[in-house]
Amino acid sequence: MSSVGLFTRFVIGSGRVVSRGGRMYWTWIALLLVLIASGITAYTGQITVGLGVTAMRDQVSWGFYIGNFTFLVGVAAAAVVLVIPAYVYDWEPIREIVIFGELLAVSAITMCLLFVTVDVGRPDRLWHMMPPFGHINFPRSILAWDMVVLNLYFAVNFIVVTHILFRAFTGRHYQKKLVVPLVLLSIPMAIGIHTVTAFLYNGLAARPYWNSSILAPQFLASAFCSGPAILLFVLQLLRRVTTFQIRDEAIWKIAELMAYAMFVNLFLHGAEAFKEYYSNTEHLLYTRYWFQGIDGHRTLVPFAWSAVSLNALALVLFIVPRTRTNWVTLNIGCFATYAGCYIEKGMGLIIPGLTPDTLGEIYEYYPTVTELRVAAGVFAVGFLVFTLMLKVAVPIVLGELTLRRMTSPVDSDAPELPAPAAAH
Amino acid sequence: MANEHDARDTAVSRRQFASVAAAAAAGFLLTACGPRRLHEIPPDRLRKAIGDWEREYKEKYGRDVRVSDAGPMPGVLFAYALDLSRCNGNRRCVEACVAENNQSREPQVQWIRVLSMNKDKGIDFSDADPYYAPAEVPEPGRFYVPTACQHCRNPPCTKVCPTGATWTEKDGIVVIDYDWCIGCRCCMAACPYGARHFNWTAPKLPAEQVNTNMHYLGNRPRPRGVVEKCTWCIQRTRAGRYPACVEVCPTGARKFGNMLDPDSEIRYILENKRVLLLKEELNTMPKFFYFYGT
Repeated sequence: MSSVGLFTRFVIGSGRVVSRGGRMYWTWIALLLVLIASGITAYTGQITVGLGVTAMRDQVSWGFYIGNFTFLVGVAAAAVVLVIPAYVYDWEPIREIVIFGELLAVSAITMCLLFVTVDVGRPDRLWHMMPPFGHINFPRSILAWDMVVLNLYFAVNFIVVTHILFRAFTGRHYQKKLVVPLVLLSIPMAIGIHTVTAFLYNGLAARPYWNSSILAPQFLASAFCSGPAILLFVLQLLRRVTTFQIRDEAIWKIAELMAYAMFVNLFLHGAEAFKEYYSNTEHLLYTRYWFQGIDGHRTLVPFAWSAVSLNALALVLFIVPRTRTNWVTLNIGCFATYAGCYIEKGMGLIIPGLTPDTLGEIYEYYPTVTELRVAAGVFAVGFLVFTLMLKVAVPIVLGELTLRRMTSPVDSDAPELPAPAAAH
Repeated sequence: MANEHDARDTAVSRRQFASVAAAAAAGFLLTACGPRRLHEIPPDRLRKAIGDWEREYKEKYGRDVRVSDAGPMPGVLFAYALDLSRCNGNRRCVEACVAENNQSREPQVQWIRVLSMNKDKGIDFSDADPYYAPAEVPEPGRFYVPTACQHCRNPPCTKVCPTGATWTEKDGIVVIDYDWCIGCRCCMAACPYGARHFNWTAPKLPAEQVNTNMHYLGNRPRPRGVVEKCTWCIQRTRAGRYPACVEVCPTGARKFGNMLDPDSEIRYILENKRVLLLKEELNTMPKFFYFYGT
């Protein structure tokens, strides 16, 4: 059979798997579709009226969308946390779950690109940025850099997972010559996408809250917390609903890595807070707006302290071996990490960076219902992509969905090819 | 199978060649004839675009509009100076600017922002009040700092634009291509002076209030979803006139001219007065100077 024919089979097989599932699966898909529909309705309103339906104004010209974008770039970088020990240190228990990290990265980048799209005033003109028809201000504009590296990172991860799954489907081992260099490339790229995203804000001298060299390292530290937090939920879920074997040590090891990342994250935040408060220059305003509020403008203060408390709680739960290996406290820790980092990036990065504005005015931004609905819709698209990809990937990795089984479905007792693991 | 694969890869079929050639031709046509950045538009295309705009505005507002394509004059580098000791916060400049530059009346877009400040504190943005509304100006104990685009020589806004939709003209005016801007608002985050404004909803401009004297990089009506800002009244200044704010200021606090002309008023001010720049430490190098005339 030709490659094209094989790939068609692969696509058909994937389609078949995706269209079959239990009640839980269809309820989940239906929920996501409802959220997507709600998001599309809200976005249609935004397209018709303009970004005026959001709470953003000239004073706070970026808000919830860009905050979510930043958070999700971190999630997308998370795959690297799993790739490094698996490939560099040959740590077997993590190796087999690397593919799920990469699937997560693909879904997260999808959401990132959607968040940028819903934030721009003229989505109909996005092609203005794409040569040869458009003009990209590269290398001067950091947003141009960001779009280039995000799309490349998406492509690398997408190619690697598709290749591994397709080869496993056809009962062959993946090509080392293709996969190993791409995976090794994806490690610096994961660091790259988040660094470039940090530089997007970091390079703006007009905004002292961002114009601090600690920003990029701090972004990486929080990314290495929040990404794995989602993955730990997913891995536990997979263990429960499929026959997929994920060893306890793999999960505990990831939790341990998260503890170190969370320590670094809190340390860097502390270092920044010390510098601001002790030197007490006019630049303290923005940090004060986040932690204390200014003259009764206190909208963000509850968010600030919940982020700090959740992150501190997660650190304690993951650093103590007993709470790290206890499933209840482990999951509380995951939730605390995810929520803490989400608040820290979603509300605590963009808004205080722009409040007060450059001329000293305080406009208190708080997302409107439209913004929340659009954002929920984007998340639903991401989760839908992730769900469908998992639905295909798991049976292939388990050897349940192969070309041989597809071509002879009756003969299910036929001796199978040895099930190729995701990454060997 | 590997051989089969290789054979297909090396031999380019007629169909493959045809589709690649068609795509390349379509790409070339789109690049050559599609919309272009005003930054690099050839003169003949610009003249055609101007005709299109004039017809479009005539249709929309029922007025005869003239869109100028005047380029920068050789040997001219514009600069602006504002006398803080004269400004009394009357904000006529704001009104004149809105009338001249076809800003949206609803929602209100204003390119000039006058900040009322406390004389005891000096220039302190965290203590500034842009919404002052006393019965009479100046108020005792207050002084006024009008702000707008500073037309920096090292502009942080043009650097960050991902599509190259904003740039500095040869005469020093920082302009925006409203037809190329994608509305990402990076420039607004980058500007230290709050000079850039976004059209959050469709701008409303009553037909009878349209200023029909336009420039293609200046006061043309803007669409929704793009950024706009002061252009030093490019439609006036490139025709040898003063910006509207300079002309209207009843206290004579606003000065404008060619920095390269040794006999100009602006050169006299720069050479003889106590001049200051806003946020000088950011190295944006504004061509908008504040000074104390008395």
